[in-house]
Amino acid sequence: MTSPKRVGKIEFGLLSPKDIRRMSVRKIIWADTYDDDGFPYPQGLMDLHLGVIDPGLRCKTCGNKASECPGHFGHIELAKPVIHVGYTRLIRKLLRVSCRGCGHLLLSPDEVSKVLGPEDERNEDTISEKDIKKERVCPYCGEQQLKINFEKPTTFSEVMTDENGRKIEHKLTPADIRARLEKIPDEDLRLLGINPAVARPEWTLLTVLPVPPVTMRPSIILENGQRSEDDLTHKLVDIIRINQRFKENQDAGAPQLIIEDLWELLQYHVTTYMDNEVAGCPPARHRSGRPLKTISQRLKGKDGRFRGSLSGKRVNFSARTVISPDPNLSIAQVGIPLAIANEMSFPIRVTPFNIDEVRAMVLTGPNRPSLNSPCGANYAIRPDGRRVRLTEQTKENIAEMLEPGWTVDRQLRNNDVVLFNRQPSLHRMSIMAHRIVIMDGKTFRLNPAVCPPYNADFDGDEMNLHVPQTEEARAEAELLCSVTENIMSPRFGGPIIGGIHDHISGIFILTHTLRWFDKSGVLYLLKSSIPENLPEPGKIENGKEYWSNKQVFSMILPDGLNMFYRASSCKNCDKCEHENCERDAYVKIIDGNLICGTIDKKSIGAFDGTILQRIIRTHGLESGRQFVDDVTKLSISGIMYDGFSFGIDDEDLTKIEYGQIDDVLNSAEDDVERRIRIYEEGQLEPMPGRTLEETLEMQIMQVLGKARDRTGDIANRHLGLSNSAVVMAVSGARGSMLNLTQMAGCIGQQAVRGERITRGYEGRTLPHFKKNDRGAPAHGFVRNSYKSGLTPTEFFFHAIGGREGLVDTAVRTSQSGYLQRRMINALQDLKVGYDGTVRTSGGKIIQFKYGEDSTDPAKGCFGDPVDVKGIVESILKKEVA
Amino acid sequence: MSTNFSVISHVMVPDHQIMSVEEIDELLSSYQITRDQLPKIYHDDPAVKEVGAKINDVIRIVRISQTAGRAEAYRMVVKRPKK
Repeated sequence: MTSPKRVGKIEFGLLSPKDIRRMSVRKIIWADTYDDDGFPYPQGLMDLHLGVIDPGLRCKTCGNKASECPGHFGHIELAKPVIHVGYTRLIRKLLRVSCRGCGHLLLSPDEVSKVLGPEDERNEDTISEKDIKKERVCPYCGEQQLKINFEKPTTFSEVMTDENGRKIEHKLTPADIRARLEKIPDEDLRLLGINPAVARPEWTLLTVLPVPPVTMRPSIILENGQRSEDDLTHKLVDIIRINQRFKENQDAGAPQLIIEDLWELLQYHVTTYMDNEVAGCPPARHRSGRPLKTISQRLKGKDGRFRGSLSGKRVNFSARTVISPDPNLSIAQVGIPLAIANEMSFPIRVTPFNIDEVRAMVLTGPNRPSLNSPCGANYAIRPDGRRVRLTEQTKENIAEMLEPGWTVDRQLRNNDVVLFNRQPSLHRMSIMAHRIVIMDGKTFRLNPAVCPPYNADFDGDEMNLHVPQTEEARAEAELLCSVTENIMSPRFGGPIIGGIHDHISGIFILTHTLRWFDKSGVLYLLKSSIPENLPEPGKIENGKEYWSNKQVFSMILPDGLNMFYRASSCKNCDKCEHENCERDAYVKIIDGNLICGTIDKKSIGAFDGTILQRIIRTHGLESGRQFVDDVTKLSISGIMYDGFSFGIDDEDLTKIEYGQIDDVLNSAEDDVERRIRIYEEGQLEPMPGRTLEETLEMQIMQVLGKARDRTGDIANRHLGLSNSAVVMAVSGARGSMLNLTQMAGCIGQQAVRGERITRGYEGRTLPHFKKNDRGAPAHGFVRNSYKSGLTPTEFFFHAIGGREGLVDTAVRTSQSGYLQRRMINALQDLKVGYDGTVRTSGGKIIQFKYGEDSTDPAKGCFGDPVDVKGIVESILKKEVA
Repeated sequence: MSTNFSVISHVMVPDHQIMSVEEIDELLSSYQITRDQLPKIYHDDPAVKEVGAKINDVIRIVRISQTAGRAEAYRMVVKRPKK
């Protein structure tokens, strides 16, 4: 279980000036890069000793060409030391814990023992800044300590008190700081957790600056032949220029003021060279005004070296395009365009057994003539590893040379296994293995029933496809990630794949109440999954055979299925009428025959799908997949048998209903007015724990909410199951009765944070109202419906209320995304072993039994490990309470 | 303010027991692990103090689980690092 090698320790240290000079191959003194002939200046930033980037030139250090030379460091001798921004925290700490006179740690040996324990039983613990009291006297030399102030980004100063008791700040130059840090003895550094052998603190102040090799800051040549230098080179040019000027002024004996200015400027350039996003420091900019991308920016963040280049890489053998639906595919298939199938390949080794087959592929070459023709090949790899591209010209020759030991990159063909993915990949069902079907067109095609796990729709979504490149990878993809294996989600123990939208409307229309179909009708419905034998007809009338809609549905159910449950359309009546339910919402399946009840979202929908769940439990995943394929096709036939559409006139009501709705809304607004009057007269009784205003607001919200619901009831009385929107809402396909209420009846009160809209102008929401109007229309009550249309003020209120939802989703997605990232980083290397333990890669145990009970949530039943009720009912063939 | 009550006797606190050397050896061999691969618990954990376990002892924690009935976990007592 344990990994064969273990990292013993990692040592972090600083580069000493000596180290920097030792690794340097050249001292850099010129700020210029190239001369007029385009040749690098010796001892300039592009010196040929630092490595070469131009093809043809040879490195003066290692003698290699551009492709082989790794690059070499140079160095700049700084006129005076400057602070390294990355270490300002450490410098501050060290200045505060060491004596300004003798450099000792400001704790006597006894005090150290008190913090860390006696000398012989100390562990890894170290002294921190907090262990030392402020402005104390040095226990070694008796010097009074001063407070050290640190100002971002790189200014340190001592606070002194003069004769008059006033505080004056005395600035410390980097040279002062360096001198102080030099005095700290090695033993004291060890107590602070610093190993002086590899990291003397004075090395955090730079006296010599390493110049990175040109290979890490290559210049690019623009189309107009001009050279454009890397941001780092620009920054180094600045540093050298100022350094040069600094030296000249120093040698000429310039006044202190000028020296200090130049010193600060040098500090600024070195700081921004390391990190161009330091707080309290204006970022250095390119001539165009774009901030420069310096060392720290190259490493940090999403597109930085770590997250962008090392953890995340681009891959070959992948494709991406827009997705579109194809209900005729199986859920385990994916349609891919011929152009993609021709470009992508799978390597096969040539053996004596397949050589003829492979030779035919090579002869077909890279351009497969049509969708149905056998696949061609793109490359042939010789036994010595040389890769030969197949073209129309070379293919015959290569086919001739082909013999066992070669490998041929074969194009994709029908039934190849590929991995299909949609970002964001939030759970394991975001990457599933499909089998390909090569198709016309330029989009990936998938069965709409697999949209829920990918969270895909067809409004322009794109998806990625990857081709496993070995037989092992193929087998693994098929066995672990295939759509069939992933129907059951470990998220909630139910099927995540199932009917959506039209599938549910269709199966609802088909199975609702009792209907009869003649033979041609039955065959039309079951056209894609015709059983070997039709069952006995349900009735024979005038010598003609008829089958019921429930019989038709039963034909796609496997044998031996017994279920009793209530459908989505169940209203949870006080007394259940079971078989005699007026909504036909009581579902009873015995021996794979639907006896009564309507099939809807509860039965076959994604996330619910109780029938699907039971089939998988009793008949296995493959039967489950077959059922999804059959039911989606049956429901599409079902919806097409009758036709299904929705238009603006489906929201029409009669004059009687409009009158009733008006009455309801008028009386509600009057009621609101009445309550406001009571409040203004001071007669309102506050509710416990609420102020008068809160009580009034709650009452108004309640009255208006009720009024909206009543308009909905009025509208619904008129709109029955003949209305498509009602069918969709009742079956659970899409939308709700509330949506319908808002379309046909009244949109209702608009709210922000659960309260009526109050913000806007002084004392009113919009200038159309009088100040301090508390009435319903002035605070966001929309009495119109979407059908009748909104008044201008209503429109504004609706926009205000609608905005809240948008803001919420935006905030939620970013927060949950970051939460997910942290989770993944914490858990990504955990693994469940064969003994059921959850372990880290180092073999450390996290859980002795996965989830304490070793239960796979995907194999349970909506959270319960065993579906006891279902098993009992299945055996007794009758419902148990 | 110091109240003296036993955290172990609270219903929400699972049972903690110190394991004997033989039990530990059996545990380690049954999972094929070394001591440092065990989950850890700090020496100043209230329940650890209560059962009187010392650093490097191994503690068996028995929880009543809704799904598993009885779930056992083992933790080695370690010193809490400073800060």
